[in-house]
Amino acid sequence: MKIIACIKQVPDSEAKVRAEDGKVTWGDAPLVINPFDEYAVEGALQQREALGGTVTALCIGPESAKDALKHALAMGADDAVLVSDAALAELDTVGAARVLAAAINKIGGADMVMFGRQTLDNGAGLTPAQTARVLGWPMLGLAGSIKVEAGSVTVDRIIEEGRQTVSAKMPAVLSLVQSIGEPRYPSFMGIRKASKATIPVWSLAEIGATVAAPVVTRTELMNPPVQERTVEMITGESAAEIADKLADKILAEKVL
Amino acid sequence: MKTFVYIDHFKGEVQPASWEAIGLAKSFGTAVALVFGTGTDEVTKAAFEYGADEVIVVDDAALEDYRAEPYASTLSALASSSTPDLILFPTTARTRELAAMSAVDLSTGVLTDASKFEMNGEQLVATRPIYEGKVLEKTVCSGKPVMATIPARAFPKPERVAGKTGTLTKGEANPQGADALTTVQGYSASESAVNIGDAAVIVSGGRGVSNNPSLGLDEAATAQKGFEMLGELATLLGGAVGASRAAVDGGYITYAHQVGQTGKVVAPDLYIACGISGAIQHLVGMRNSKVIVAINKDADAPVFSQARYGVVGDLFAIVPALTEAMRKKMGK
Ligand SMILES: Cc1cc2nc3c(=O)[nH]c(=O)nc-3n(C[C@H](O)[C@H](O)[C@H](O)COP(=O)(O)OP(=O)(O)OC[C@H]3O[C@@H](n4cnc5c(N)ncnc54)[C@H](O)[C@@H]3O)c2cc1C
Ligand SMILES: Nc1ncnc2c1ncn2[C@@H]1O[C@H](COP(=O)(O)O)[C@@H](O)[C@H]1O
Repeated sequence: MKIIACIKQVPDSEAKVRAEDGKVTWGDAPLVINPFDEYAVEGALQQREALGGTVTALCIGPESAKDALKHALAMGADDAVLVSDAALAELDTVGAARVLAAAINKIGGADMVMFGRQTLDNGAGLTPAQTARVLGWPMLGLAGSIKVEAGSVTVDRIIEEGRQTVSAKMPAVLSLVQSIGEPRYPSFMGIRKASKATIPVWSLAEIGATVAAPVVTRTELMNPPVQERTVEMITGESAAEIADKLADKILAEKVL
Repeated sequence: MKTFVYIDHFKGEVQPASWEAIGLAKSFGTAVALVFGTGTDEVTKAAFEYGADEVIVVDDAALEDYRAEPYASTLSALASSSTPDLILFPTTARTRELAAMSAVDLSTGVLTDASKFEMNGEQLVATRPIYEGKVLEKTVCSGKPVMATIPARAFPKPERVAGKTGTLTKGEANPQGADALTTVQGYSASESAVNIGDAAVIVSGGRGVSNNPSLGLDEAATAQKGFEMLGELATLLGGAVGASRAAVDGGYITYAHQVGQTGKVVAPDLYIACGISGAIQHLVGMRNSKVIVAINKDADAPVFSQARYGVVGDLFAIVPALTEAMRKKMGK
């Protein structure tokens, strides 16, 4: 089974992110593997364990994104590829999908390509389905469990209404969610292996891709309006008294 | 401006932000609702009653169950032939895929989770959250049609006018070769098929819901009792039950209920957090709620920093008392 996991590097979720002078800043907070993409790597490793094969982590990003790939290697991925090119500084999701599709082809294809649900920074959640569309492969989105049998992959999709079971012929694109299981921690051996790994860096020319100007562009950055929240603590002699006061406060808010 | 509004439904149950999208489309000009699937008469009727000027119905066996590929191909074909300026979707599990794929077909882009729109000359500018809402951006799409998804409860729901009708058009399904690649095998409703994204009131529980030694039960049984208790309050207030990731990971409740970074982002009118500490990954999922109430026995819990009202106390005492008090005061 040949599996590719697409991961991105983003500022840590604890980071204090702000807009400053038209740029996004996060101080000295570390850059990490997009937390949703840890599920992509975890799901890929689970399938390799069940079926044999290899897991390749794939990322588009600057040189520094090698650290995110090393995290995937430390978790247990067999190898990693970084696509990096000055022309990729401004990429919308369709652009990312085209580049990922080209890189997937250059890797030699796969049986399954795993994605996270969305990025923490852009948060669009579009890239997996767009990559599937560019490749012409079926898309199994928001999978919480995976079963492979006779050239087909069946997943339970976690949707608003419950779980929907869908199957597709491989090769297929999947996006994975938390129900797949807690991402494993890098092992000591894994960290050692990752620190020694040389990660190939491919340019656009090497994967035979060109990118058109992005269709979706940012025109302005803003900090959200500060919410003045001063908490009013409700106290009382008994639970009943507290509840009575709290109920009055809630009703006075006229939100029911 | 002509806007297509994709009415997102699952077996005839419509995601209500679809109606909000019709209202938004009307504020721009003409609203053409798209209803895909089989046996969708009720959905079509509702689309008219919520204000659609026209409804294009595509009723075809190939579209019986939602599947991303044939739905996207059908949408792309309709958009190519009747050239809307804008296609609006409610943000849901399905529409992110559908919009994503159609945007590839039509060489355009998608502005996801847009909570505000304005015109800059001829160009539509959308405001959307990035970095989990820590920052907002204004974005534009240079392709045509512009596609955008809107989160639940960001725009007013239009008044439903019983009996209102409009132009009904039949559209064609357009399944392509690659669309035959997926098959739907089945479906199971989550035990309480709630859509917390759309709830006006959410009563949420965290790890604290399993902490009541006086019950003399094990963790799982305690949590079950705890969540039943929260469920009672939620039902009384016409709301839904949410949860922290610790509660989901603990197996107290299913993932569909999870609020936060890896769960759902919600913005109800009232959010009651019970036994939730208020980690940043939880807060990003609920801090835009109108009124937040936090009940926690630890006075230093970070959740209080986001709350309008706070109670330091045992949720197993406060929640039932609150349910009682609300029941009396609401006359129920
Ligand atoms: C990448 C990533 C993504 C994440 N995504 C999410 C997410 O989507 N959603 C999410 O919620 N978390 C998420 N988390 C986890 C998050 O960091 C916290 O671990 C989690 O929110 C804690 O849940 P909790 O508040 O229920 O539990 P705890 O932090 O253990 O808090 C339990 C609280 O209950 C109180 N308590 C205990 N007993 C009682 C009682 N009887 N009465 C009243 N109060 C009581 C305690 O004082 C405490 O404050 C994520 C973490 C990471 C790293
Ligand atoms: N630069 C990137 N490199 C590799 N994978 C990416 C990149 N950007 C997005 N992805 C993948 O696409 C998913 C959705 O991204 P997005 O559409 O930006 O929310 C992520 O969870 C990743 O799996």
